[in-house]
Amino acid sequence: MSRAFSPKVVTANDMRSGDVIYLTADDQWSPLHAQAELIENEAHAQLRLLDGQRAKNAVGAYLADARRGTNGPEPVHFREAFRTRGPSNYPHGKQAEQTHV
Amino acid sequence: MYNYTDFDDSFVRARTAQFAAQVDRRLSGALTEDEFKPFRLMNGVYLQLHAYMLRVAIPYGTINPHQMRTLAQIADTYDKGYGHFTTRQNIQFNWPKLTDIPAILSDLADVGMHAIQTSGNTIRNVTADHFAGAAADEIEDPRPIAELLRQWSTDHPEFQFLPRKFKIAITGSCTDRAVTRAHDIGLRMVRNAAGEPGFEVIVGGGLGRTPFVGATVRKFLPKADLLPYVEAVLSVYNMLGRRDNKYKARIKITLHETGKEELSRLIEARFAELRPLFGGNDQVLLAQITAAFSTPDLRKADTSAFTAFYKADPLFRSWADTNIAAHKNPDYRIVTISLKKHGATPGDATSAQMRLIADLAERFGHNEIRISHEQNVILPHVHLSDLPNLHAALRGSGLETANVGLISDIIACPGMDYCALATARSIPVAQDIATRFDELKLEHDIGPLKIKISGCINACGHHHVGHIGILGLDRAGVENYQITLGGDGSETAVIGERAGPGFAYGEIVPAIERIIAAYLEKRTDPAETFLQAYRRLGLGPFKAALYPDEAKRDAA
Ligand code: HEM
Ligand code: SF4
Repeated sequence: MSRAFSPKVVTANDMRSGDVIYLTADDQWSPLHAQAELIENEAHAQLRLLDGQRAKNAVGAYLADARRGTNGPEPVHFREAFRTRGPSNYPHGKQAEQTHV
Repeated sequence: MYNYTDFDDSFVRARTAQFAAQVDRRLSGALTEDEFKPFRLMNGVYLQLHAYMLRVAIPYGTINPHQMRTLAQIADTYDKGYGHFTTRQNIQFNWPKLTDIPAILSDLADVGMHAIQTSGNTIRNVTADHFAGAAADEIEDPRPIAELLRQWSTDHPEFQFLPRKFKIAITGSCTDRAVTRAHDIGLRMVRNAAGEPGFEVIVGGGLGRTPFVGATVRKFLPKADLLPYVEAVLSVYNMLGRRDNKYKARIKITLHETGKEELSRLIEARFAELRPLFGGNDQVLLAQITAAFSTPDLRKADTSAFTAFYKADPLFRSWADTNIAAHKNPDYRIVTISLKKHGATPGDATSAQMRLIADLAERFGHNEIRISHEQNVILPHVHLSDLPNLHAALRGSGLETANVGLISDIIACPGMDYCALATARSIPVAQDIATRFDELKLEHDIGPLKIKISGCINACGHHHVGHIGILGLDRAGVENYQITLGGDGSETAVIGERAGPGFAYGEIVPAIERIIAAYLEKRTDPAETFLQAYRRLGLGPFKAALYPDEAKRDAA
């Protein structure tokens, strides 16, 4: 292959709450990006995407670029970074829940 | 205002029950997302970035205090205590859980509200002049026609699967406050030589990735012919509109591919077929609807309190100068309550603010409330003598900002803070611009100016028709903002011109400041508005101000 594969995570929204979720290596969905499985191989990414798309409680699963970080995978694109936090105009969404734990 | 008939009520309740059953099947896994999505979209349920979103129609922007309190209760019970009023006279709740949506729709049905056709390839919420029924410059209240269109379009079997969404806007005034020229169909009330009211019919306007000002297909359509004519337009579009390419599916593209002449001919031919079929039933219905829109019994009272307060209280004076407009009764005014407090999210109202608005509409506004496409709230009938008390009641609520029509009265779409389609944020850009110009204490000196911001080319924030338009894009993984200048959404509508290369997030406020500095320097006098100055001077001096380095290079 000519181009190096950039690592990915599988992400979606929870079917009931709509919350952003990430597919973990042990086939759970986590609300935390850092707990996502970091996928570093293209063929495996396609398989995991199919797993994500088949999952009953997840909506709109897709592959998003990610990179290895100190506490686990981190988002690359700003859109994905916003999805890990919530909106910038109010402290709502994940950013609120995370400061409460 | 129009109240649901038994038919309307049972229709909405049946729809709510049907959707509740669909949600149940989705939750049980009996429906996949692909199967469920068309159902949820028919009922105003989107999936955004962080959550579901429910879009509720406020037909032609008219809502009563009781309904407003229900929106507040929904915001508190099922959402995060606020709602977002949009450019299409809808309210969006940004955080509902799918499991709660049937209950929300049922609460809405209790007060005659719904989310039907707020999404999907159908005829959407019909929008109207937010001063309708009150404006001094109005020929007739356009809302009875808007209600007729709503009843006709709701669940119309022929128009449930149009090539693409379809938006109709209507105004009864010569001053166009409803952006009729940027809609699939725009209806502007005019009078013919005999002085009879009718409509100029504008077709094929639209913003989005290919912005167009609509074309007039009929200069004067008698009022009684309106419904068969609109049906003829829809019918021709339904046949010709392109279903092969989503980006070419709006009627604006049909207009350009078919040509105005040919499209008009087809519409007229279809109209000739349809008109006899209506047999006057629409006019009977219209007469019944019209009775529900009569002007409230306006008071006759002393107005000297207004004059006294106006002289004595500078805060009140400033608010009255910007936020009130002429009413058809000289003792009354139309009040615009700004949802654009400096630094706040344009169009957002908390549940407490909604309740206050409802109370004030009852105390001072003959129970009437309107939502404007400019994301503000209107009390259309306030007696002059009540204005000081109204203003006093607004103070401290975050609703007293005196900035309607000024630089901080910004339209902004949800952008990447909420919207799954966004390429950049728009809300914080609006917040920063408003905050900055408030610090500079310049906005009253700058005068009338419309800034409109969208977070992607879909143009939900109307940026093409902003005097200054801002479009947020993603350039190689970084937010980048393109500026357009000279746009106008009024009766003299034009699409703004792109000023040049875009600006990074951190550069956008200084860029706007440079445009404004150029305007203040170049205007002939304070009476020359930004738009007038732009029309006189053209892009040149503003471009030079935006890109000073380039200007220097060119001069060298
Ligand atoms: C989940 C949120 C939203 C989605 C997915 C969405 C989607 C879209 C899309 C795809 C278009 C382009 C249509 C076309 O060109 O064919 C569009 C246009 C538009 N939307 Fe939205 N929108 C959203 C929110 C809003 C909001 C919040 C407003 C009001 C503030 C709004 C008002 C409009 C308007 C005025 C247009 C441009 C006029 C036109 O239809 O040409 N939308 N929207
Ligand atoms: S303009 Fe784009 S970002 Fe803004 S609401 Fe519309 S689709 Fe979303």
